[in-house]
Amino acid sequence: MPGWETVIGLETHVQLRTVSKMFCGCSAAFGAAPNTHVCPVCLGLPGALPAPNGEALKHAVRAALALGCTIHAKSVFARKNYFYPDLPKGYQISQFEQPLATKGSLTFLAPERGLVTATIVRLHVEEDAGKSLHDRFPKATAVDLNRAGVPLIEIVTGPDFRSPQETRAYLQTLKQVLEYIGVSDCDMEKGSLRVDANVSVRRAGDSALGVKTEVKNINSFAFVEKALGVERDRQIAVLEGGGTVTQQTMLYDNKDNAVRPQRSKEESHDYRYFPEPDLPPLVLTPEFVAEQQSLLPELPASKRERFVAQYGLPQQDAAVLTAGRAVADYYEGVVHAGAEAKAAANWVMGEVLADAKDHTEALRVPAGSLAQLIGLVKGGTLSHQAGKRVFTELANRGGDPRTIAEALGVIQVVDPNAVAGWVSEVLGAHATEVGRYKGGETKLMAFFVGQVMKASKGKADPKLAQRVLEERLTS
Amino acid sequence: MSDAKAIADRLVKVKRLNALLTPVKELRKSLAEQAAAARPTGVLYGMPVAVKDNICTIDFTTTCGSKILEGYRSPYDATVITKLKAAGALIAGKTNCDEFAMGSSTEHSAYGRSIHPIDKTRVPGGSSGGSAALVAAGAVPAALGSETGGSVRQPASFCGVVGIKPTYGRVSRYGLVAFGSSLDQVGALGRSVHDAARVLSVISGRDPKDTTCEDRDPLRLPTVPESLQGFVIGLPREYFPPDLDPAVRRACDRAVRLMKEQGAAVREVSLPHTQYAVPTYYVIAPAEASSNLARFDGVRYGPRAEGASDVRDLYRRTRGEGFGAEVRRRILVGTYVLSAGYYDAYYRRAQQMRALIAQDFRNAFDRGVDLLFTPTTPTPAFKAGEKLNDPVAMYLSDIFTVTANLAGLPAISVPIGRVKGLPVGGQFIGQAFLEDEMLEAAYALERAVPATEEA
Repeated sequence: MPGWETVIGLETHVQLRTVSKMFCGCSAAFGAAPNTHVCPVCLGLPGALPAPNGEALKHAVRAALALGCTIHAKSVFARKNYFYPDLPKGYQISQFEQPLATKGSLTFLAPERGLVTATIVRLHVEEDAGKSLHDRFPKATAVDLNRAGVPLIEIVTGPDFRSPQETRAYLQTLKQVLEYIGVSDCDMEKGSLRVDANVSVRRAGDSALGVKTEVKNINSFAFVEKALGVERDRQIAVLEGGGTVTQQTMLYDNKDNAVRPQRSKEESHDYRYFPEPDLPPLVLTPEFVAEQQSLLPELPASKRERFVAQYGLPQQDAAVLTAGRAVADYYEGVVHAGAEAKAAANWVMGEVLADAKDHTEALRVPAGSLAQLIGLVKGGTLSHQAGKRVFTELANRGGDPRTIAEALGVIQVVDPNAVAGWVSEVLGAHATEVGRYKGGETKLMAFFVGQVMKASKGKADPKLAQRVLEERLTS
Repeated sequence: MSDAKAIADRLVKVKRLNALLTPVKELRKSLAEQAAAARPTGVLYGMPVAVKDNICTIDFTTTCGSKILEGYRSPYDATVITKLKAAGALIAGKTNCDEFAMGSSTEHSAYGRSIHPIDKTRVPGGSSGGSAALVAAGAVPAALGSETGGSVRQPASFCGVVGIKPTYGRVSRYGLVAFGSSLDQVGALGRSVHDAARVLSVISGRDPKDTTCEDRDPLRLPTVPESLQGFVIGLPREYFPPDLDPAVRRACDRAVRLMKEQGAAVREVSLPHTQYAVPTYYVIAPAEASSNLARFDGVRYGPRAEGASDVRDLYRRTRGEGFGAEVRRRILVGTYVLSAGYYDAYYRRAQQMRALIAQDFRNAFDRGVDLLFTPTTPTPAFKAGEKLNDPVAMYLSDIFTVTANLAGLPAISVPIGRVKGLPVGGQFIGQAFLEDEMLEAAYALERAVPATEEA
């Protein structure tokens, strides 16, 4: 919007992918029957006490390291007090004055501004609340406490984003990093990644921040952009109409793509944070942090650069291949199994990703098999077309590429006599085109080659076919 | 089983004390079942132990003396209960207490006040008043109580029995319904130092379910010492103020004389921040309580108020009807001191003062004092109703006990005489995790002092 600058900061909650919950041994898995993954601790029964999950802490530290944060040797759990039926203890165990980590950053590619570095103000560990289901029963709210106590990290950025598009790009990069290091599946639809955004606008050139609102209830990456755009436009309209923006919480409604203020009664919270007396301060030794650092895989940005340098790929190809860790590892597997790097990139970006898309992201053809297949095409044993057919067979039924190619009868025929037979057949059937070719329309060569391939059911070596065709047509 | 019947008979005989909350029929049935299942090899085999009603048990309801948990039955046993059972002890029912352990007289129970076994017009102390009264009346040799600011030692002193509060982290709190989590410890009451100590020994030790419980082996019981030779006992002057009840002072003086006769070296010490202990305590404990008691909202368990218009109203009604006046008062105070704008002035300052109080003790111990000796309470048991409408007067009856909770130190109250027929207790405060040393001194004092004679 001309004359205005948008300023956005994000608070992102990410569920950690652990077997059990943050403070008890209950399963943290998604999707079980309501209230089956519960025990005295996560139900908040009288007398129950929390005991931290070491795996969750490792995940949190790895996430903080991947975001370049300073990990604090000592951090303190704190209680965030508020009443809600899906909060069994009446408080959430979180961290407040002394979080696990601070001062990190994440560089991402912004659509308008190129590479932008967002500051990570803090990253802390906490437990999730249960889930209130307001539409399950008429005139009653149902509470499912399976989610209560699932480990979360909260990642808070500075007011570093200048547009909704940019905010989305940051989030996608964040998701990519967290998926890479294996700490979360970051699925917004399942709620394993949730976003609250602080939004304000100011006149272009102003240095002071405008009054901000907090936008909540954003449930997908697409809605991030929409919700923030709607709120930005609303604030600009208010200010241009001579009004002032009120600091408040706005809820996004994706059904009509609008934001509405949360009822003020529900937001006037004083959380009365204080140090959690049931848990000693979290003390992390330098050895522990170093071990987590050593367990971090190569992160997406450096992997992308390495793919460019090591495999001679264009930036764009490297970006596609490193978008997810599974595909990147798969690509390298294909290359290590002997495939030529650029050909392997084309196959993975083409056939492999298309097949994966139709099959729940499964990479169905083993990297070694694909490398063999690429070798067969490269060496002329299979045409590219035949190679695709073999790939489909490999994906659906598995097996050895050459055996499949033989079974399909698509091994390229390099016997000049056989090819000459198909050439005669084609030339005989297309006398008119032969005349035109001889009259100077040499671009009809492609047509003849195509007809030979068709006649041979793809088996003819196209180069050989062309050679024979040229001989016959010029003689 | 006749043992079980005899145990139940003794408890039923003192029903007039209103010390036991468990119905007689249920008690008899459970004791018979437990006796049949008890492990004969356990060190407490067959020993009945009554349990304060804020400690979770599968076998009996756990109400914390509150209407808000009326009929509540825990699906799990507290770790201390599991340990008692493993040692062959029998859980001899649940004892009356001030609601959520908030009080010093057992008058703040939703199930009526408990009666002092010697003088029915007086209170047995609190909040573990039911446990103390049952032990004093001879109905059980030992009982579990809980301490946040003196709730084991004060009633032990009032009733003339022994009460031990262990070092914070010595005993698991898992299954103790939380009041002030950073202060709470399960404690033991007994007819004698030995009875209380052997129960404490059994319930002590590591528990992975409570990360504030130290990773230590159970407490090993010391032997009764020949003398107090080599012990240096400090008398903190702040615990013997000029206006101390003269009879209590006489009883303490006699106890000190007897300890000297046994070879103890006695010297006066100062704990200069003592005067701030009660105000500090009444910021920290209610702050934690306001949060700990938030879970009692009528949503998942316990009675739920009728006729609520929405969920806020449901909370208001359930908690308004379910909690008594003292609990509501402390929730309000605790909510206030944690509020934005007041936190620094109250809660943070109280934590700073708490650190200074703990440092006072370390300074005394660093100067060569092994143990401190003080009166347990400023007066013997007071009359029922006397302090009910004066909360501050009630709070001041814990003036000599709250410091050990704030500093996390072990302490024990031992009967040291009578005043007009009412028991008076003397208190040892020990060094962290040196319960054994404290118990040795308590054994020696117990042996030397004519506890049932006028001081």
